[in-house]
Amino acid sequence: MTFIMDVLEILEKNARTPTDEIAKMVGRSVEEVEDLIKQLEEERVIHKYKTMIDWEKVDREYVYALIEININLSEGEGYDGVAKRIAKFPEVRSVRLVSGAYDLSVVVREKTLKDVAYFVADRIATIEAVQRTVTHFSLKMYKEDGEIVYQRDEGGRLAVSL
Amino acid sequence: MKPISKRMEPIPASGIRKFFDLILSTPDVISLGVGEPDFVTPPHISDAGIKAIEEGYTSYTSNWGLIELRELISEALKHEYGVDYDPHGEILVTSGVSEALDILMRVLLDPGDEVIVIEPTYVSYKPCIRFAYGEPVVVPTESSNEFKPTVEDIEVKITDKTKALVLGYPNNPTGAIMAKKELEAIANLVNEYDLYVISDEIYSKLTYNGKHTCFSSLNGMQERTILLNGFSKSHAMTGWRIGYACGNREIIEAMMKVHQYTMLCAPVQSQLAACEALRNGEESCKKMVDEYNRRRRLMVAGLEEAGLECFNPRGAFYTFPSIKKSGLSSTVFAQRLFDEKKVAVVPGNIFGECGEGFVRCAYAVSPEDIVEAMNRIKEFMEELGV
Ligand SMILES: Cc1ncc(COP(=O)(O)O)c(C=O)c1O
Repeated sequence: MTFIMDVLEILEKNARTPTDEIAKMVGRSVEEVEDLIKQLEEERVIHKYKTMIDWEKVDREYVYALIEININLSEGEGYDGVAKRIAKFPEVRSVRLVSGAYDLSVVVREKTLKDVAYFVADRIATIEAVQRTVTHFSLKMYKEDGEIVYQRDEGGRLAVSL
Repeated sequence: MKPISKRMEPIPASGIRKFFDLILSTPDVISLGVGEPDFVTPPHISDAGIKAIEEGYTSYTSNWGLIELRELISEALKHEYGVDYDPHGEILVTSGVSEALDILMRVLLDPGDEVIVIEPTYVSYKPCIRFAYGEPVVVPTESSNEFKPTVEDIEVKITDKTKALVLGYPNNPTGAIMAKKELEAIANLVNEYDLYVISDEIYSKLTYNGKHTCFSSLNGMQERTILLNGFSKSHAMTGWRIGYACGNREIIEAMMKVHQYTMLCAPVQSQLAACEALRNGEESCKKMVDEYNRRRRLMVAGLEEAGLECFNPRGAFYTFPSIKKSGLSSTVFAQRLFDEKKVAVVPGNIFGECGEGFVRCAYAVSPEDIVEAMNRIKEFMEELGV
């Protein structure tokens, strides 16, 4: 089990870690690691390898918005149906069913504020079972998917100490 | 002007200083010369320190340290190693193991008393012994025995002046740990010759194969052992300056006298952060240890590929590969590796004569840096043509 956990933890931090490095880190052969990764991919334990991109650096601006959605269950579609319907839009980055004052928490990415507004008005609000939406525009991102994305201080550690 | 104390003379001025200063002032070096975690203190522990300051914990504490902390230390030692220290009188909270080492030598030694130190050794032991007018007596060890001393190695150095033996396992700089059996053999020797043991167990949480044995848990050793430990390595808290000493009442009481007149107390915020580390720090510690373990394997494999022989280190966060194949001395190897490849390692001879022919490489650095450093060392070896 620790073999699996070790490999997953390494890949979660850096999906591009070469297999031979992983093999060294976990003390197994390259073949064993390759087989395991293949198996984890097949079992969809590893869903996908993705890249975190700072689009601003290449002058592509995106607007992110968090949308709270309340669902009217009497429309018969249920949480599941609405969530899956919303999840299909490529503009939608994430969909979660949540507890509390609203039901679905949806993150949308668009090129402009206007695009987000239209998307919510045309695609979300028009779903029968959607009772109410609240849209929060994201102003600044600090951490995404467990990764700190702001410039951090190094903490002043000395390069040599005995 | 009158000369300063002669006591300072045998303390090496550290010719290595210049080399280190150079490393410190050169940007973009990959440094494997670090002697501390590259992690920051886990946030829940830092928060406890911050909260302490905000709530007005900014004063002195009892000279012994907060009773809350001493009780937690006592419980942790009992839970982990089955040793029993009374928080009232057998535990002293210090500003790191560093302070504990200093005051312990001062209360233990009379002029001329000998203290046995196993080399390669952590750099502070010998100077602290000398500051206290004692005489360090060195036991060299060999890589063929994973830099562990045998009973015979130690026994031949015992004289009627020998007062104490310093043990530091898991070891800085070699990464060696001692098995329970090996320590038991030393315990018998210690009994036979009526010695004290100064057991620096600061890396006790950082073991990878096999569990740490606390020296005072061995039969009859508790009254002879002064156990030193702290939070610097286990909880990435080097800058907080917090540690502790445990031992028999007479010694701890005496250490407390020196402590109260020289340090007064360890910083209160650090003491409260240490309480949090003991209450809730198990998981964050384990995460770091798991990560060190992966990096350890990565580095050992990388050193092998670079053609440097290295016994498998089982504790702390150091490897101690042999560089004899390079045909260079440790100092020249380190200097040239730095000049030519911008990789910093620590020459092994700094830790004792028998460390010549070795270098210390810390793996408390990111996996990316380890891989890059190992590639550069490999290139360096290839360019040397060996
Ligand atoms: C073996 C050993 N003992 C003690 C210390 C110092 O520990 P502290 O930070 O508790 O003073 C170190 C730090 O490098 C060490 O390696």
